[in-house]
Amino acid sequence: MKNKAVLKKKLTPYGYLLPTIILMLILLVIPIVMVIGYSLFDNVIANKNPVFVGLENYKTVLTDKEFWTAVSHTLFFVIVSIIVHMIIGMTFALILNTRYLGSKTKGIFRVIYALPWMFTASVIAILWRMMLDPNGVLNYFILLFHISEEKITFLASRDIALQSVTLINIWSGYPFYMISILAGLQGISPDLYEACSLDGANTIQSFFGITIPQLKPILISLLMLDFVWTLQQFALIWMTTGGGPVNATETISTWIYKQGFTKYQYSMASTGAVLLLIVCSIIGVFYVRHQRSEE
Amino acid sequence: MVGKKKTSVQILVIILLILGAVWAGFPILWMLSNSFKGNAEIFTFPPTWISENFSFEAYAKIFMNPEQVRFFLNSYMISAIVVVLTLFIGIMASYAFSRFNFKGKSVINTIIVSVQAVPPITLLIPYLSLIVTLKLYNTYGALILTYLVFTLPYCILMVTGYLNTMPKDLDEAVMIDGGSRWTALWKILVPSAIPGLVSVGMYTFMQAWNEYLFALTLTKTNDMRTVPVGINLLMGQHAYEWNQMMAMSVLGSLPILLLFLFFQKYFIAGMTAGSVK
Repeated sequence: MKNKAVLKKKLTPYGYLLPTIILMLILLVIPIVMVIGYSLFDNVIANKNPVFVGLENYKTVLTDKEFWTAVSHTLFFVIVSIIVHMIIGMTFALILNTRYLGSKTKGIFRVIYALPWMFTASVIAILWRMMLDPNGVLNYFILLFHISEEKITFLASRDIALQSVTLINIWSGYPFYMISILAGLQGISPDLYEACSLDGANTIQSFFGITIPQLKPILISLLMLDFVWTLQQFALIWMTTGGGPVNATETISTWIYKQGFTKYQYSMASTGAVLLLIVCSIIGVFYVRHQRSEE
Repeated sequence: MVGKKKTSVQILVIILLILGAVWAGFPILWMLSNSFKGNAEIFTFPPTWISENFSFEAYAKIFMNPEQVRFFLNSYMISAIVVVLTLFIGIMASYAFSRFNFKGKSVINTIIVSVQAVPPITLLIPYLSLIVTLKLYNTYGALILTYLVFTLPYCILMVTGYLNTMPKDLDEAVMIDGGSRWTALWKILVPSAIPGLVSVGMYTFMQAWNEYLFALTLTKTNDMRTVPVGINLLMGQHAYEWNQMMAMSVLGSLPILLLFLFFQKYFIAGMTAGSVK
C-alpha cells in the first residue's frame, strides 16, 4: 500500500512530461538519428536497398567544389549580416536612449524601427524583389541622384546578388538587436555614467568604458543567436534568388535543399545537414555555457 | 559653448532619427502604396507615390478567390492550434521541471534546450519519410506536430522560469484542502502567470505564422498551403500580379503587426528573453 503511494509520487513528474517526451523522441531524437544514418549510406529513399558506405559521403561533400563555394557565400552572408546588424541595432538603440528626445517621440520611433521584424520571410522577399527590380523604386533613386548612370540588376547579376541578399537580410534582422540592446541600456545604472563624467570622461570614453562592458553579456548572446539563425537562413534566399543566378547566392541551406529536393540525392543532403547541425551544436554549447555563467 | 555643442548633437540625433525611419519604414510604406495600385502602375518611371487610381481592387481579388482565402484560414487554424497545444503541453512540462526532482531531469532539460540550435533543414529530410509513414503528409497534423518541436522549448524554458518564482506553498495549500496537483496547477498557478503566458503565446503564434520551410515541403496541394507559401505561389501562377502580392503581404502581416502594436510590452519581453537576462 505504502509502496504504491511512493511509486505514484515518483511517477508523477513523468506523467506531466509524457507528451513532451513522446513528441521530442519521435520528432527530434529519432529524426536526428535517421539523418545521421542516411548520411552513412549510399543514396537512401530513392534506392530501395541502400548500401552502408561509412564516411564516404562526407569525403564526397567535403571535396565538392560547389559545397565549398556555398560555405564561402554563407560565411560572407553571415559575417556581414551580424556585424551590420550589431552596428545598426546599437546606433538605433543609442538614439532611442538619448535624453534629447521626449518619451512619446521615443515610443513612436521605437515602433517604426522595430517594424521590419514583424514581417515574414516571404513578404520581405517579395517586397525587396519589387524594390530591387531593374525598373523598381531603388533604381529610380539611383538614376535620380546619379549614383550610377545605368539601372542596376541587383538580384540578377552574379557580381552583386550576394551583397543584395545580404542587404535584405540586414534590413530584416537588426530590430532584434535594437530591442535587446535597448533593454540592456535601460538596465545600466545612471550612477555609473555620473561617476564617469565626474572623472572628466567624454561621451565616447564613457561609451567604451561603461556602455560596452555593461552590455557585453547581451552582445555576446545576440551575436551567437544571430550567427546560428543566419547560418540556417533558407526562406529569404530561396524566395529572392533561389541560390542563383547560376550559384552566386548558393548557401549551405539552399545547397542542402537542392541536393534533396531537386537532385534527389538524399544522402548528400543528409551529409550536408549533419555538417550544419555539428556547427550549430558547437555554437549552441557555447551559448548555453554563456547563459549559465551569467546566472 | 556648451549650449552650441548640445544643439549640434541634437541636430545630429534628429538627422539620424529621420534617416533611420526612412530605412525602416520606406519599404513598408511602399508595399502599402503599391497594394492600392493597378498592376501596370507598379514599375512606372518616375514612380507614383500615391496612386491616382487608388483602389481596393487587389484586396477585393484576394477576398473573392476562395483559394487565397483558404491560405489565411489554414494559417489561422494551424497557428491557433499550435499556440493552444504548445501552452498546454509546455505548462505541464514546466510544472514537472519546476516542482519535482527526478531521474533524467537534466538529460531531458538539455535535449529541450538544445532544440534551439537544431537547424530545421537538418530535420527536413527525415521528416519527409517520417510524416509519410505516420500518414500525415499534406495535412494540418504534419505542420502542427513539426512546429511544436520548435515552439515547445521556448515555452518550457519561459514558463519554468515563471513557475519557479511562485512559492510551493501555493500548491500545498490546495492539496491540504483536498485538491490535486492538477487543480493547483490550472486553478492557482496558471491564472497568476497570465501576463507571461500571453507573451509566450504571442511568440509561439509568430513562429507558427511565419514558418516557411516545412509548410513548403510537408504539404502539397493548394488547399493545405499557408500564407507564407501562398504569397509565393502568386508569383508563378499568374505571371507576377504585383499589386495582389502586395495586398496579400499586407493582409498576411496584419495579425503580427496588430499583436505587436497592442501588446508591445509583452511582445518585446518575449522577443528579448533569449538575449537579455
